[in-house]
Amino acid sequence: MTGHVFHPGHQELHGVTVVLETHGLITYVGRFDSQDDRGVHLHDVGVHDAGTADASKEEFLRRCDRFGIRPEHRHLLVPARDVARIHRLTEAVR
Amino acid sequence: MPYNPALVAPMRQEMTSMGARELTTAADVDAVLGDQRGTTLVFVNSVCGCAAGNARPALRLALQHGVKPQEIVTVFAGQDLDATSRARQYFAEYQPSSPSIALLKDGEVVHFVHRHQIEGRSPQAIAADLTAAFDRHFGAAARAEPA
Repeated sequence: MTGHVFHPGHQELHGVTVVLETHGLITYVGRFDSQDDRGVHLHDVGVHDAGTADASKEEFLRRCDRFGIRPEHRHLLVPARDVARIHRLTEAVR
Repeated sequence: MPYNPALVAPMRQEMTSMGARELTTAADVDAVLGDQRGTTLVFVNSVCGCAAGNARPALRLALQHGVKPQEIVTVFAGQDLDATSRARQYFAEYQPSSPSIALLKDGEVVHFVHRHQIEGRSPQAIAADLTAAFDRHFGAAARAEPA
């Protein structure tokens, strides 16, 4: 966290496209809305399931960066217990 | 639902004041992109004050560069729905986001800037990426490449 607030009046990552890694095989990419006791609220969310996907997570993220995110969920709440790490997509593909 | 036109008028004006031509209907879009020749930049405008609020000044900075597209056009996402939808058909390989910027050369998308590549970055940083893309795709070296 940098302390920089992209959208004043909101949490630091509000409106920013993030990679949310879970403790399991699923990785989400979407626009961060907010985080509360229930978990993380995302918009326009693409999903990578390392258990079923043909492409690696790294390739999935590279494609998201180059071609954009193909949303599978307009809105998604990722339960707090599932959240391992959140970082910006642009940082994930550096 | 589109925002109040009075609210977005300054965002439109910011674009036209830097020389961008507004495309507000699907027919407008087809007239420009349907048989696109030369170099064109398509700016997908947005009401997002933070992302578009940096992208528009970034484009203004980038257009001061020596190498730039021959034509600058803009559609307004969430406002001019048909025009935006039609424009996105011309870069359908890329997922919709707004704001975003497409660079086209002779009908091909040669560079695309997504919203996530704009978020949280300064206009100067975004402009630097754009001018690098202008040089790479529209500059003398690109023009010298055999057809």
